[in-house]
Amino acid sequence: MNAPLLQDLAPSQLPERARALLESGGRLQMAYAWFPDGAIELRYLAAARPKVFEIWRVRPENGTAPSLAAVAPLLSWYEREIADLCGVRFEGRPEPDPLVLLPGARASAPPLTPGADLRIDYTPQFARLPEIAGPDRADVQVLPFGPVRGDVLESAQFLFLYIGEAILHYLPKLFFKHRGMEKRFEGLNAPFAPVLAERVSGVDSVAHALACCQALEAAAGCAVPPRAHWLRVLLAELERLYNHLHYLGHLCHTTTLKVGEAQGKYLEELAKQINGRLAGSRFLRGLVIPGGLHREPRLDGLRESLARLQEQFAPYAEMLETSTTHLDRLITTGVLPRRTAFDQGASGPIERASGLDRDLRRDHPYAAYDELKFPVALRTAGDAHARQQVRLAEIESSLALIRAVLDELPEGPVHAECTPPPGSEGLGWAESPRGSLYYAVHVGSDGRIARMKIKSPSFSNWRAFPFTVHDTNMMDYAIDEASFGLTVAGCDR
Amino acid sequence: MPVWTLYGLKQGKVSQRWPAVGGDDGQSGVLGFPRFDPAQCQSGCRDCADACLPQAITLKEGGGVNVDYGRCVQCQLCVTACPSGAFTLSSDWAFGVRAREDLVWAQAANSAAGQTLKREIRKVFGRSLHVRHVDAGSCNGCESELQALNNPYYNLHRLGVFFTPSPRFADLLLVTGPVTYAMKGPLLAAYEGMPEPRFVMAAGTCACSGGTNGGGYACGRGLDGLLPVDVWLPGCPPNPAAFIHALLMLLQRLPQRVRGGHLMEDGDGR
Ligand code: SF4
Ligand code: SF4
Repeated sequence: MNAPLLQDLAPSQLPERARALLESGGRLQMAYAWFPDGAIELRYLAAARPKVFEIWRVRPENGTAPSLAAVAPLLSWYEREIADLCGVRFEGRPEPDPLVLLPGARASAPPLTPGADLRIDYTPQFARLPEIAGPDRADVQVLPFGPVRGDVLESAQFLFLYIGEAILHYLPKLFFKHRGMEKRFEGLNAPFAPVLAERVSGVDSVAHALACCQALEAAAGCAVPPRAHWLRVLLAELERLYNHLHYLGHLCHTTTLKVGEAQGKYLEELAKQINGRLAGSRFLRGLVIPGGLHREPRLDGLRESLARLQEQFAPYAEMLETSTTHLDRLITTGVLPRRTAFDQGASGPIERASGLDRDLRRDHPYAAYDELKFPVALRTAGDAHARQQVRLAEIESSLALIRAVLDELPEGPVHAECTPPPGSEGLGWAESPRGSLYYAVHVGSDGRIARMKIKSPSFSNWRAFPFTVHDTNMMDYAIDEASFGLTVAGCDR
Repeated sequence: MPVWTLYGLKQGKVSQRWPAVGGDDGQSGVLGFPRFDPAQCQSGCRDCADACLPQAITLKEGGGVNVDYGRCVQCQLCVTACPSGAFTLSSDWAFGVRAREDLVWAQAANSAAGQTLKREIRKVFGRSLHVRHVDAGSCNGCESELQALNNPYYNLHRLGVFFTPSPRFADLLLVTGPVTYAMKGPLLAAYEGMPEPRFVMAAGTCACSGGTNGGGYACGRGLDGLLPVDVWLPGCPPNPAAFIHALLMLLQRLPQRVRGGHLMEDGDGR
């Protein structure tokens, strides 16, 4: 992992700097604020070319900074979040509404202000809808759906503005599940951090623990033993495996391919049982800790059970790619153009299905990824089918990566001492099954965590998703949503 | 789609006989709640309590520790922390109970009257149960396992349990998550929308006590004091077999396994 370059900028330099970054082919990754010594400070994370992270450190003047959302639209959500949680004002913000705090919620102080005695008063209010103009204005109907949805689904509310079957505009209202997870890290010692990180987005437990621990390890400057690095790859790929299998089963559910649904979910179950045996946890929790691994996973029998899984996966994948009723529903559904994917910050399999060739495992290698060879799946159509194809290819490469780890796994200890010193900071990242995940940690003068920023891939992909729903039809909605493979917990935190 | 039908036939039937005796519950190797043996506990030591983020382990006045499994997220850190082996790894995951106190490790077994409930449910539901799920701010881990219940391995339908999209047809409200400020209203509305008699399950450690995520500026600490809970099922998350156990417990097909924090049988907790 290359350490990011830290640079100080004046607020007035920001727009120019952001433009220059984009012109050189780079992209902003996230922004957050924190309160060193009580004063507010902004941080922007930029992926500059080639393969370098830059961190821009900015002190707002009178609590104000220029909005960059017009230059880099993906920053709009970050600015709204920082305004809600840290009280920074962004001048010229194109989307002035709150994001994380729901309409009708009033916090007694910006929740991330240090030492604030907080209360949220909440009288639910209807979200502000976009202006409806044009001759059909009177025919447009508004359908609010959620936050409690049918079946076993995460809570979120969706607003459809529609005429008949046609969706004119779509507005997801998220953050009903906002639990204030970042604040929960404050005051904790390093060993507790992964316990909490694993419970931010349960189905991405490994990625969260990994990014979190890598941030703490960067802050501590400690060296994780090689064997732990390799085993972390194994865990991360097992996580990708069961998530992508789940994804396929659920996608078949929406295209009403019943046998495909049952088989996808069955394979997911087998993968989770493999996890349970290996780690004692079907979600692979409790292994990744600062400095390496808590204990050795149980590897005996793993190769054989994965071979059996692969035997069943191969015909399944072929069926999914040849079943015309299924493919008919996917092809040209929910197209996310490359440009939109880039501007709105789409991440992971979503951006790779829209032709953006990015993968943190290859571009900014961590754990043992720099010692392993693997293809990065890429498609250009940007539709639901391309997203299925990227996932299918990634399952193959996860299985190959796990075999490679088992073949070449070095001997040795799996843990080294890791205690981040007072005043230190670190950035950690991981390519989770859903895309890029970042943890940024700041350690206070007491040696405890003073700030933990979490940028989850679903935060990025929920931002991009509505662009594939406007001007489509109701029939395709469920398929499109499933093809994105979003979690609400990761986005809301 | 005939080719898929054929494919389905070839894959055969994968549902397990479990919970019939001898069936495979699919949880081989899965770790449950750590077992606590007070006889091994050294007085004056507080290492386990210091290692427990959700404060499931607290120090008792006058020595010794209290273990509340309703707060435990199964991180297993106490097992490593305890210098004298008072906490050991176990596969005790079937932990559904009818009274919140039964999740607190106690020297003497508490008694809880379940017979009335049993008669009620039998009378009202016959053999099938309709469940309304509300996510009140989970991490999605609990949902992942709830969704697994409908996979061909567990095949919940065969046990006569169905998830319903409407509160008006629901017998049981199954709640996950610590209850965020924003989900409190919709949760209570879902409960109000259910016909009598209605039952409530707090599913997962978050819903039982808030777990690691509860409290703070945006969250409550689970269902205690919010809704009348009939079954508390801790676990982070409870695995599918534990969910089935708790559902059947509600239907009185299986007995409660834990009382006063003790497993009721010797075996391995299954
Ligand atoms: S396993 Fe449970 S009791 Fe032990 S430290 Fe973790 S949360 Fe606490
Ligand atoms: S109990 Fe555990 S798995 Fe369930 S929602 Fe809470 S943190 Fe997630």
